[in-house]
Amino acid sequence: MTEAITTTTAAEPLLRVQGLKTYYPIRRGLLSRTVGNVKAVDDITLELYPGETLGLVGESGCGKSTIGRSIIRLENPTDGSIWFDGEDITKHSISDLRSVRPKMQMIFQDPFSSLNPRMRVGELLAEPMRVHGIVPDGELEKRIDWLLDMVGIPRSYKQRFPHEFSGGQRQRIGIARAISLNPKLIVCDEPVSALDVSIQAQILNLLKDLQKELGLTYLFIAHGLGAVKYISNRIAVMYLGKVVEIGTKEEIFANPRHPYTQALLNAYPVPEPRKRGQQRIVLQGDVPSPANPPSGCRFHTRCPFAQAICKEIEPQLEGGEHASACHYPLAAT
Amino acid sequence: MLTYVIRRILIAIPVLLGITIINFVIINLAPGNPVDMYMTPDTPPELLELRKEQLGLNDPIIVQYIKWLGQLLSGNLGYSFSTSESVGSIIGERLGQTMLLGFCALLLGLLIALPIGIMSAVKQNSKFDYVMTGLSFVGTSIPQFFLGLVCIYIFAVNLGWLPVGGTETLGGGGGIGDRILHIVLPAVALAVGIAGRKVRYIRASMLDVLKQDYLRTARAKGVREFFVTNKHALRNALIPVITVVGMEIPLLFGGAVIVEQLFQWPGIGQLTIQSIMSRDYSTIMGLNLVAAIIVLSANLLTDIFYSVADPRIKYH
Amino acid sequence: MSTVKTATPGTVVYAVREERSEGAFRQMSRRFMKHKLAVVGLVITLFLIFIAIFAPWLSPHNPYAVTAEFSAAPSSVHLLGTDQVGRDVLARLIYATRVSVIVGFGTVALYVTFGTVVGLLSAYIGGWVDMLVMRITDMFMAFPYMMVILVVVSVLGPTLWTLVLVLALFSWPAIARLVRGSVLTLKQMDYVKAGVSLGLSTPRIVFRHILPNALAPIIVNATFGVAAAIMAESGLSFLGMGVQPPTASWGNMLTDAQSISVMTDQPWLWLPPGIMILVIVLAINFVGDGLRDAFDPKQ
Repeated sequence: MTEAITTTTAAEPLLRVQGLKTYYPIRRGLLSRTVGNVKAVDDITLELYPGETLGLVGESGCGKSTIGRSIIRLENPTDGSIWFDGEDITKHSISDLRSVRPKMQMIFQDPFSSLNPRMRVGELLAEPMRVHGIVPDGELEKRIDWLLDMVGIPRSYKQRFPHEFSGGQRQRIGIARAISLNPKLIVCDEPVSALDVSIQAQILNLLKDLQKELGLTYLFIAHGLGAVKYISNRIAVMYLGKVVEIGTKEEIFANPRHPYTQALLNAYPVPEPRKRGQQRIVLQGDVPSPANPPSGCRFHTRCPFAQAICKEIEPQLEGGEHASACHYPLAAT
Repeated sequence: MLTYVIRRILIAIPVLLGITIINFVIINLAPGNPVDMYMTPDTPPELLELRKEQLGLNDPIIVQYIKWLGQLLSGNLGYSFSTSESVGSIIGERLGQTMLLGFCALLLGLLIALPIGIMSAVKQNSKFDYVMTGLSFVGTSIPQFFLGLVCIYIFAVNLGWLPVGGTETLGGGGGIGDRILHIVLPAVALAVGIAGRKVRYIRASMLDVLKQDYLRTARAKGVREFFVTNKHALRNALIPVITVVGMEIPLLFGGAVIVEQLFQWPGIGQLTIQSIMSRDYSTIMGLNLVAAIIVLSANLLTDIFYSVADPRIKYH
Repeated sequence: MSTVKTATPGTVVYAVREERSEGAFRQMSRRFMKHKLAVVGLVITLFLIFIAIFAPWLSPHNPYAVTAEFSAAPSSVHLLGTDQVGRDVLARLIYATRVSVIVGFGTVALYVTFGTVVGLLSAYIGGWVDMLVMRITDMFMAFPYMMVILVVVSVLGPTLWTLVLVLALFSWPAIARLVRGSVLTLKQMDYVKAGVSLGLSTPRIVFRHILPNALAPIIVNATFGVAAAIMAESGLSFLGMGVQPPTASWGNMLTDAQSISVMTDQPWLWLPPGIMILVIVLAINFVGDGLRDAFDPKQ
């Protein structure tokens, strides 16, 4: 009996996002009427399974961060549903959310603005744990020491202020804060893109170690494929508020189907020149405005393979485990 | 830009309405009324009642307000309770004097502040800079009435160079020179505070600009230092100064009340005190409305001027 | 890195030297102390507050006692002479400090508290509440406030407390706007978003994470506000619309100087109170300037 339950829960996604839309109204004119919407996230469906890392990639402005913020409910979705840990949290009020929040945490992009400059590190870590009663007050200090050990910050730095740390150290503190509440899911919103390249790998390794040790599930948002390749099990590629391709890391890298994915892969430097693929796609022009996305396939304005149909009909995300949204998917090499 | 201006004007209307309502309520809370002010023990009570009825003082506040507003919409500010003259024309007579004084004070203030502010910035951290920054604090901290008294004491009473007050020598005939002599002291009393505030703004603004790369470029091109400061830097430094000139307008009204009273300058500041003393509600209402309109338009004009002067600013 | 077991079981004391670093307050006061004029200003301000508190002990005479010497010039008995009804000018000067201190600090305490609460709520609730609050502040800021204050004071009757009330009534909008502006900026900061995602309650986020970071401009503004309120009180009292005699205020001590004979013949009547106003306002403005520089390390 117990075995049956564990197998089914293992197959159950920890997070299921269905048809998620997050729009921002554009106001203009004398009376500030809403004249349109910026469709930051436009009809996204995703599933995250316990213990895995889903990488979410796309250029800046494609809506990837908005997805993360909508899931954590820092933004209110316009439409769609979010199921987390067997619970529909889409319509949760602020007070209902408070009980869910410890289970899903976020690591922010900018380690310089994500820590309150007026609080010492110890207090920064203690406050949320005290509020949620994670450990008895008497054990708080021990728990903080444990957290600092976990992220590799010397315990003696507890009394310091955030401005006395480097970017990488601050990000470690941000990570310690995120894991302090024993979360199941952590949304990593470009956690390394503000850091020096030499520090990035350390932080990625730390995230990987923590995942193994604490059984965490990550939604890892990034604008390039480098970090994502290292940390993810599966990858979703986004373009203008839509997922254009999703699949396992191996499939996406070996066998990209969407021209946009191919373009992103081409932009990612390959160490050995001989191994560079034949199909090089270099993106031309800028990303169109999400307030007024192109008709049909949103990528057609920049796609080297675009045909007449691409302007007319929007392709659907199809293909099961390795799905892509393209009328003319690239052939396997 | 046009929609922005229209929107600002539309927003200003409820603001003005709110101001008149608050004024009306405050004034009507007053225990005394203008008729009582003229009551002598032997005034027959019937006469008082009649006068109150004529002035509409027996109506409920709301009715009085709506009547007043109705008049206002037809361009009539009502009639003075104490002199029965049209409030519009009383204020009109006085407003010119206040604006003349305010304009002179503003001009004088800027004429003092500009060279000092620029020099302080160019010679940052020099003795000159320290002394002038210190003096600018004294300028903003000295009460206008005290400064006015000191000026009168020194220049009018002891030295006898300038008149004690008024707009011209009694009996007139002094001509334009006489009028200029009369405006000097009140204008100085107002201008010192303005100059004090502006020196620091101009200095800060100039310092900001002096750090910019385009000045280094100008120097690298071989532009002479004099032109670097006065042409390239000054122009850009003056833009933020424009906005703070607009901020002086409401302060000028406040200052006018004190300075006009001290120098017997027949402007709307003095009129305010007189109307308050005689509980002349209709004049007070009119004064406040006119002053509020001027303050709001000054704010709007500043913003428009700012956007014209600085092409980077966009309003929508 | 050795740990030492103490006698009490269950508690572990870490013998590691805890590196407690300099807090924001310490850092700020260190920067403030470098601003010499500000330090002088602070000393003068504290000195005047001291005088205000201990006026009865410091004053050589009773400020209301009428002596036989009218308009007497300074002498060894009356260091600053006497006024037209024979009261000691120095005693009145000392007692008038109380008026200025009460008006200055009372007004600011009142409107900063009110303005901060309104600004916080306006920014945090947003929507039509914010819209309405902003229109109301627009309204108050477009008031030619000196005129309205005169009207209100004449209606409510000029007492010390009406002055405080009225000055506060017309000063809170600036603080409300300031607070609203910083809250709107801080609300976008990641550490506030982090607070939300950590499940902290809204009051906790507002008071522990937003307000402390918005405090610097409020304190600076409040300091200048004290000076402005003192100045406004003296102006109103000078016009006869403020503190009423026989209570001494520096402003109303200057009123008599409007007569030429007092001005020329009895300068001890009006020069000292005028200088006192200048000194206290100047001192507080210097403190404000020092605080502004201390809070803003860019300077």
